[in-house]
Amino acid sequence: MALLTAPGRRRGATRVPPVVLAFVLVPLLAEAFWVFWPAIQGFYLSLTDWNGVAPAKFVGLANFREMFGDSVFRTALLDTVLWLVLFGGLSIVLGLGAAMFLQQERRGVGFYRAALFLPVVFSLVATALVWQAMYQPDGLIDKTLGGLGLGSWEHPWLADQSTALYAVIVPALWREIGYVMVLYLAGLKGIDPALYEAAKVDGANRRQLFRHITLPQLSSVNAVVVSVVIIDSLRSFDVVWALTRGGPYHSSELLSTYMYSTAFQSLRLGYGSALAVVIFILAFGVIVSYLVRAFREAD
Amino acid sequence: MTVTHPTAPAVEKAAPPGARPPHRDPVARRRRAGTAGFHAGAVLLSALWLLPVALVLVTATRSFDDIAGNGLGALPHSFTLDGFGQAWTDGGQARALLNSILITVPSVLISLLLASMAAFALSRYNLPLRRTLLLVMLAGNLLPPQILLVPVSRLTEMLGLYDSLYAVIGVQVGFGVGFYVFVLHGFMRSIPPEIQQAAVIDGAGPWTIYSRIVMPLAKPALAALCALSFTWIFNDLLWSITVLRTDSKMPITASLIGLQGQYVSDWNVIAAGSVIAAAPTVIVFLRFQRHFVAGLNLGAVK
Repeated sequence: MALLTAPGRRRGATRVPPVVLAFVLVPLLAEAFWVFWPAIQGFYLSLTDWNGVAPAKFVGLANFREMFGDSVFRTALLDTVLWLVLFGGLSIVLGLGAAMFLQQERRGVGFYRAALFLPVVFSLVATALVWQAMYQPDGLIDKTLGGLGLGSWEHPWLADQSTALYAVIVPALWREIGYVMVLYLAGLKGIDPALYEAAKVDGANRRQLFRHITLPQLSSVNAVVVSVVIIDSLRSFDVVWALTRGGPYHSSELLSTYMYSTAFQSLRLGYGSALAVVIFILAFGVIVSYLVRAFREAD
Repeated sequence: MTVTHPTAPAVEKAAPPGARPPHRDPVARRRRAGTAGFHAGAVLLSALWLLPVALVLVTATRSFDDIAGNGLGALPHSFTLDGFGQAWTDGGQARALLNSILITVPSVLISLLLASMAAFALSRYNLPLRRTLLLVMLAGNLLPPQILLVPVSRLTEMLGLYDSLYAVIGVQVGFGVGFYVFVLHGFMRSIPPEIQQAAVIDGAGPWTIYSRIVMPLAKPALAALCALSFTWIFNDLLWSITVLRTDSKMPITASLIGLQGQYVSDWNVIAAGSVIAAAPTVIVFLRFQRHFVAGLNLGAVK
């Protein structure tokens, strides 16, 4: 009987019922309302001069032209690139290192992993405040340096223009490394041990195993990690805002903090939007490559 | 640097299965040495990672006089919970924690409900343009939020929602839903179609299939996303300070920054505030650790 009725019914199932359309449309509209429509406005506002009160005045590319002469913008751009390279690079290298170190299932390894992973659940604001206490002149870092006889290294880490940015990167790294480690641990678990066995029979040493098996086998995870880290870098805001607000003298200013303070403190909403467009342009390549991979996956 | 260094002894033990059968003793000894080296390195690494956490717990339980007199980096000479009391009542952390929960719980529930509906429709039915729709939704989540800040704050003003918790919930749902749809879609696609066909033959409509069949089967993914989105939304700062203005409406992350300004050198209060702000997500993490880690991996496109 099932055989007789199935074809007709199944055709009924592939014709999409209206409820199912609503299932897609409601969430899509929510996202369109809060994301797509504002995004379009954001791009438009970047072409305007607007203080939030008077009507926005269309000025074309004037905001972008202004950036060339804006020394704070140049600092923020440079710091953002530095942040990408240092924060991004180190969290990938150290996250992979931690994953390789803790990949074997043995006694106690769960605890070690959890210890490295715990900071991931802290907000960046709480993380920042913890580290701010460590960076104080009478805090743990300077105290330890003094105790080790390295008193000359003691430093107002966050107040010095030459160290502020690096001092802000450390807490961000402390939190990100655990996250990257989890992604790599999953990737390492997926590698067929037979590959290592075969290579060892052929006399490969440890470095060769890493270069010719581990790295290529991790290529898809690598792609994900790189995208995640770049997107995270460009979004980074909380930790800088809580620690230095971009100071002293903009020395730890990122594009994201500069954008926020320009738009919401100086109330230059048009120029702020233009800075946001710059962040978007920097992220664009990653977004597209992520989507292309997702597109292939989705089928 | 400290992370990669101790690797050497741990992996070393993989060397022996070579050509000649080596003496039993040295191998066993080397293996034992390798294990000891691993644990020494791992303990050191964990200690380094947990040190800031321990430090903030210790600082939160010291008295102000102790910190002022002996210095922030000194060993504690006092134990008191006054810092927590001050942060909780005078610092407004109690109100802020409540705000955070009032924002986070509805945001998580609404976004996962909406996302699961869309993921169900896109993964179980031959909708036209389904792949495009899915990627458009994901793309919305990948946008840098900075491009949305100014328009979203203006949008909430126009709706009369500016400076209300509804505004934060709205934008959290709108911004997050794309990612959750993408993850849930991947999960639901792997449910065999036969289960659904059987239900259709039995006369089940889409709503029944969704609520009685697909949702229960998607529980692991939902649990993972729940744990993950809870921490994300709870820890968020940017959206809140963009659409909220009144101090008493701020969630705990923003309130913590206020606390830092209010109690500049009362490190015991600031540390206590950080502990209060971190406690809910740490509890969620410890309770749902497995789901949490699974969630992070779900998020990665394999």
